[in-house]
Amino acid sequence: MFWTVTQSLLSGLATTFEIFIFTLIFALPLGLLLAFGAMSRFRPLRYLIQVIVWVIRGTPLMLQLIIIFYGPGLWLKQNIWSGNEAGRITATVVAFTINYACYFSVIFRGGIEGVPAGQREAGLVLGMTKSQIFFRITLLQMVKRIVPPMSNEIITLVKDTSLARIIAAYELTFAGYSFMKSAGLTWPLFYTGVFYLIFVGVLTLLFNYIERRLDYFK
Amino acid sequence: MAILEVKNIEKHFDGTSVLKDVSFSLEEGNALAIIGSSGSGKTTLLRCLNFLETPDAGTIRVRDEVLFDAAQTANERERDLRKKRLHFGLVFQSFHLFPQYTALENVMLAERLLAQERPDFKQRKKEILEEIEQNGRSLLERMGLSERTGHYPHQLSGGQQQRVAIARALALKPDILCFDEPTSALDPELTGEVLKVIRGLAEQKTTMIIVTHEMAFARDVADRVIFMDDGVIVEEGDPVQVIEHPREERTKQFLARYARG
Repeated sequence: MFWTVTQSLLSGLATTFEIFIFTLIFALPLGLLLAFGAMSRFRPLRYLIQVIVWVIRGTPLMLQLIIIFYGPGLWLKQNIWSGNEAGRITATVVAFTINYACYFSVIFRGGIEGVPAGQREAGLVLGMTKSQIFFRITLLQMVKRIVPPMSNEIITLVKDTSLARIIAAYELTFAGYSFMKSAGLTWPLFYTGVFYLIFVGVLTLLFNYIERRLDYFK
Repeated sequence: MAILEVKNIEKHFDGTSVLKDVSFSLEEGNALAIIGSSGSGKTTLLRCLNFLETPDAGTIRVRDEVLFDAAQTANERERDLRKKRLHFGLVFQSFHLFPQYTALENVMLAERLLAQERPDFKQRKKEILEEIEQNGRSLLERMGLSERTGHYPHQLSGGQQQRVAIARALALKPDILCFDEPTSALDPELTGEVLKVIRGLAEQKTTMIIVTHEMAFARDVADRVIFMDDGVIVEEGDPVQVIEHPREERTKQFLARYARG
């Protein structure tokens, strides 16, 4: 039995990891774009992004997931997500990307605005372009500032992937829960918890490493 | 022939007039000191010269080339603006070194980025980068920092950081090097080493504009002094004359306040 549960949880973990990694890949750059938009001198864009961030942060991720998964089918009379597992995972990644990009954008904005204006001005008087200033000067200082809040958010993301269960994506929590439903077993639930703990433990080590690597400057 | 000619510069911030009809010129190889109380517009003037602020009126010419003309400048392209900025170097009051780079990297960064735009960069990459590194090292040596090239800014004292900042500004060989109160953020015992470096630059006939509160230094090092108050140039002339025998009442008051501390 133990082996069966382990196999089942491992396949759930694969889905969880898929949602996690693709959400990060898309939400990090999108969040940076939103952050730039939120700092834009063009007022309508700034307001638009403020409203988007308010709506997305102000409503439950589970609700957003349900709307994104079922909405298109009901509005367009045809489902844009294929009915299989891949379709459910894609819908989840889309919903999560939108949601997390908004949270990330606020963290990015704080990080960028936290870099003293003098850094940008020093770059300007040395004849650097705006993009050189961002990539050569601001970026690393921003990264150093945002590692702690980012690690919080990314660890939350690991556990939020369990929300995909609501649209029947077979992720880690769903996998553990199914043994309770089918065989009345509770120990797989605790075993599921161990999987999350290891996942988050590895991430914690990674963030500690990044923080240490960026310790060389102040 | 003056290397720099500034005419009728005006600058307003939200209705407050910070610079009013400021005009002056500077000869090549001369050092100009600008003195005056805080809020007199000295720093804004330097920022206008370095295109960190856009004047509302007036012209700026360097070597007879019009760099700025308020009557014509609408949306200037970033490229052109960058080229114009390079006529000037600026050393900030609080250094603004890039914390993630070593002293040497701080000095080399801008020059390396500019070198990438050279047409022969690809063929002569190694050679060019070596030249830049040599230039950086020799600049730091001139600043008395040859032992500190690999240090990060937070490992350096304020005086050392400011000297790295001076080397960084010199690396791009600006026509005119500007200093914005270069010793005001330093502990008193550290101002000497920075002033000594600037003095050395003056001896080598570096064209400089120095905004400073160090009166004795201004008197000894500058070829000319400008006293500013409330956005206008009140008095201008020979340093000994302006600082020791001021003609204008406002200059006298300022210097008297200064002497009292």
